[in-house]
Amino acid sequence: MTAQISYDDVEVGTELPARSFPVTRATLVRYAGASCDFNPIHWNEKFAKEVGLPDVIAHGMFTMAEAIRVVTDWVGDPGAVAEYGVRFTKPVVVPNDETGALIEVSAKVAAKLDDDDRTVRVDLTAKSAGQKVLGMSRAVVRLA
Amino acid sequence: MALDPSFVGRTYPPTDPYEVGREKIREFAEAIGETNAAYTDSAAAKALGHPDVIAPPTFVFAITFRDAGQVIADPQLGLDYSRMVHGDQKFAYTRPVRAGDRLTVTSTIEAIKSMAGNDIIDIRGEVHDEAGELVVTAFSKLVVRAEKED
Repeated sequence: MTAQISYDDVEVGTELPARSFPVTRATLVRYAGASCDFNPIHWNEKFAKEVGLPDVIAHGMFTMAEAIRVVTDWVGDPGAVAEYGVRFTKPVVVPNDETGALIEVSAKVAAKLDDDDRTVRVDLTAKSAGQKVLGMSRAVVRLA
Repeated sequence: MALDPSFVGRTYPPTDPYEVGREKIREFAEAIGETNAAYTDSAAAKALGHPDVIAPPTFVFAITFRDAGQVIADPQLGLDYSRMVHGDQKFAYTRPVRAGDRLTVTSTIEAIKSMAGNDIIDIRGEVHDEAGELVVTAFSKLVVRAEKED
């Protein structure tokens, strides 16, 4: 494992570079295929509305996959992630247009966990359309 | 109807091995817009100390969720899939999943709770490689929403 960030260079409160991830209906169809999650709430507007959703929504696991990219891009080696967990608080609603939705992710170092293991806890914030879409979103990362 | 709490602690038989393919990892990485070479270029992965390309952190969910399907579909448990939503998801990694891994998943029901008519079930999926080493543990919280009265 070769994390590109040194534990010694990081302080509690260090902010990771924030990123925005666009998601359109085409993105969701592609993710459904790659992940084998074909639940129609992620591609069929009629079905989504019948079960009480405002429109087609992104897979929670898609949002989770996007959010951790802020951490893996920062640390360089995705294998440095030791733990990652989220709560799915609000769905990312994806309208049927060219723009779709935007998932905006920011993150900061919330705690230095273990000086020997060189692990830190990173807290993530993911928003879409002004709403927080992930709660309790945390990763434990092993730094160099 | 509330789920039967006597199912807590039940472990389901391990799945047949899932062989992690290099091109499946690439397909998944591209689907989430990833450009990190560790997912697609074995030389880049090796430069980071991995024996082959690795999978993005959430890739393994497709495998663990397929196994959790045994729980979801257990007729004795009687979980209504059409009213189910994903509440929480967590992974604890011993090492990243990589191309060539042959992974088996063992699912255990960790908790069953009833809150405001919703059933909440926690499933722990332990993912082992062919050598029997633990690769990752996936913790999924599934919520079965209460049936609405008409």
